Amino acid sequence: MENKLIVSLSPHVHSGDSIQRNMYGVLIALIPALLVSFFVFGLGAIIVTLTSVAACLFFEWAITKYILKRDGNTLWDGSAAITGILLAFNLPSNLPVWIVIIGALVAIGIGKMTFGGLGCNPFNPALIGRVFLLISFPVQMTSWPQAGQWGAYLDAETGATPLALMKQAIKSGDPSVLNDLPSSLLLLIGFPENCQAGAGCLGEICALALLLGLAYMLWKKIISWHIPISILATVFVFSGLMHLANPVYASPVQHLLTGGLMLGAIFMATDYVTSPMSHKGMLVYGVCIGFLTVVIRTFGAYPEGMSFAILIMNAFTPLINTYCKPKRYGEVAKK
Amino acid sequence: MKKLESSLKNMILSLTGFSIVAGGLLGWVNAATAEPIAQANAKALSDAIAVVIPGFDNNPAEEAETVEVEGTTYKIYPATQGGKPIGAAVEASANGFGGTLTVLVGFDTEGNIIDYSLLSHAETPGLGSKASDWFKKGAKGDITGKNPGTQSLTVSKDGGEIDAITASTITSRAFLQAVNNAWSAYMNGQVDATSGASQQH
Amino acid sequence: MNNFKILINGIVKENPTFVLLLGMCPTLGTTSSALNGMGMGLATMFVLICSNFAISGIKNLVPDMVRIPIFVVVIASFVTILQMLMQAYVPALYATLGLFIPLIVVNCILLGRAEAFACKHTPIASLFDGLGIGLGFTIALTLLGGVREFLGTGKLFGISILPEQYGMLVFVLAPGAFIALGYLIAIVNRLKKNN
Repeated sequence: MENKLIVSLSPHVHSGDSIQRNMYGVLIALIPALLVSFFVFGLGAIIVTLTSVAACLFFEWAITKYILKRDGNTLWDGSAAITGILLAFNLPSNLPVWIVIIGALVAIGIGKMTFGGLGCNPFNPALIGRVFLLISFPVQMTSWPQAGQWGAYLDAETGATPLALMKQAIKSGDPSVLNDLPSSLLLLIGFPENCQAGAGCLGEICALALLLGLAYMLWKKIISWHIPISILATVFVFSGLMHLANPVYASPVQHLLTGGLMLGAIFMATDYVTSPMSHKGMLVYGVCIGFLTVVIRTFGAYPEGMSFAILIMNAFTPLINTYCKPKRYGEVAKK
Repeated sequence: MKKLESSLKNMILSLTGFSIVAGGLLGWVNAATAEPIAQANAKALSDAIAVVIPGFDNNPAEEAETVEVEGTTYKIYPATQGGKPIGAAVEASANGFGGTLTVLVGFDTEGNIIDYSLLSHAETPGLGSKASDWFKKGAKGDITGKNPGTQSLTVSKDGGEIDAITASTITSRAFLQAVNNAWSAYMNGQVDATSGASQQH
Repeated sequence: MNNFKILINGIVKENPTFVLLLGMCPTLGTTSSALNGMGMGLATMFVLICSNFAISGIKNLVPDMVRIPIFVVVIASFVTILQMLMQAYVPALYATLGLFIPLIVVNCILLGRAEAFACKHTPIASLFDGLGIGLGFTIALTLLGGVREFLGTGKLFGISILPEQYGMLVFVLAPGAFIALGYLIAIVNRLKKNN
């Protein structure tokens, strides 16, 4: 039986805010990017996304029922579906189904349910799934299909990602490699079909669609501006300084528009459960993520650092919360 | 027997006593195992050489010479059979994706690659680390039997004939560069040793 | 407590890995395959039996205030002997475990058993405690190594069971060690609760 009596502190006015409302808001915000990914990667994108969402929902249901043995049903609160879509957004569209299912099991099983389900997980579940797959199946996870192959799934032609080119420019010390990058306009609107480096994972191919999602979430007040803007600004400034110092490092605009930066800044880093609570804390968190991302992209072993940066800062969230506490209601500022 | 008191005299005596006993024991074991350890180490190196250039009957590890090409030193282990040279194993390194990558390449007297062995590397596990098998005989990027002097070893992406490791072009390039370097070091060394390149043809 | 009980106590009730959570560094660092885990477990067991026996035998000659340095000298001597023996006679195993062999000196299992058991019991009882704890450690490391090797490469003791492409590489690397150990401890706790 449902617990009708809710014991809580005053005031008791309900704003209509709930887990469902926010989660479905995020889902709506994900729609533009989802449509673009279907449009750019065709059949493969649809298979990977459907598998990922279905597997996430199944594992959420099965683990809640048979391992945690809870009565409540968290299947339709939308969080597992978001995890599924975000996981799919981080995968290449030619990934075999069984690997996608392992990713979903790790994301929901290890990333979320081990800690007690929604609200208890210290790390973003979709990113746990992605990083697990990236380290476990490095060949499949770094063979990105070229954009614009409608009917292709496992047999899709692969190509270089813009970030791989950027890494190559740094390794070879030759800035002319960067000339092969798709133009910034193409990176923004996202149809780099005929470009040399027009490959990528589902969700990183079109920055504009992701920005549309950001605008929607800001308008509906699902998230505040602090985290995404501080990440983007930090990346812009830091990579700009590096670019000025040495042109083998890609320009700040290229850094902003490539890879999972937008995806991470808008949809992953802003996860309620794993990000700091106060606005000041959010700014600290965002600046650190932006800084770490550029450091990993430039000096690390992997071309993309966004997912690692977010996971590292997830681990620091409790510490940030301790030092950046919101002021208590009615508290008098200390002299 | 009663337990010893913690007086200064007792403490000094017991610490000194146990240290002397332990030191003596260690010295004895060290002397007893020094010979087998040296043998095991030498065997490890000659095993590695035997993999890349089989059939020698001398001791290449002891006859190693160093050659300097363009400021870099290479170790060359010459292999002979019945007094006649059959080739050499050359140690060379290059900068890979994650750090220095060291490879031991075996050449016959004409400079054809017999086999190789990846001695140490810091490549990404599962990607670049595949270099240890990728270029072996029968594998996808087979380099055995090829001669870097007649056909330059480069990946197909750069117009060469060698298939790069899937998703690890940078590692493949570094590996092939190390092999090419090893070849030129070997050829230089041989030219010096025989004072003239005419014997090569 | 008879010797058999001491032996079983070390394997089950006070299993160093799953219950006492001692010696985590070699546990996580060396268990990339079942064989490596077993090698590390046996190496530790050898030192543990020797040091337990020796420390118990000399316990009355050791003044309390300097017992820790003397225990460390005893343990370090046995570890160094083991290291030289391995280097001489099993160089292949030494090549994989080499880095971790000197670290047995600071493995808290050894000093922990010396303090908690050997210096209060007879040499024979201490010998059995060393054997039991050592076996518990070896079993745990072999189990963890087996799980990681199977999930990571599809092999078990070097024998292929699944094609290698199904292996999840992360389990051979350090992060997989933490994940596998965590779930193994959870399963062991669950089994113990049911009994």
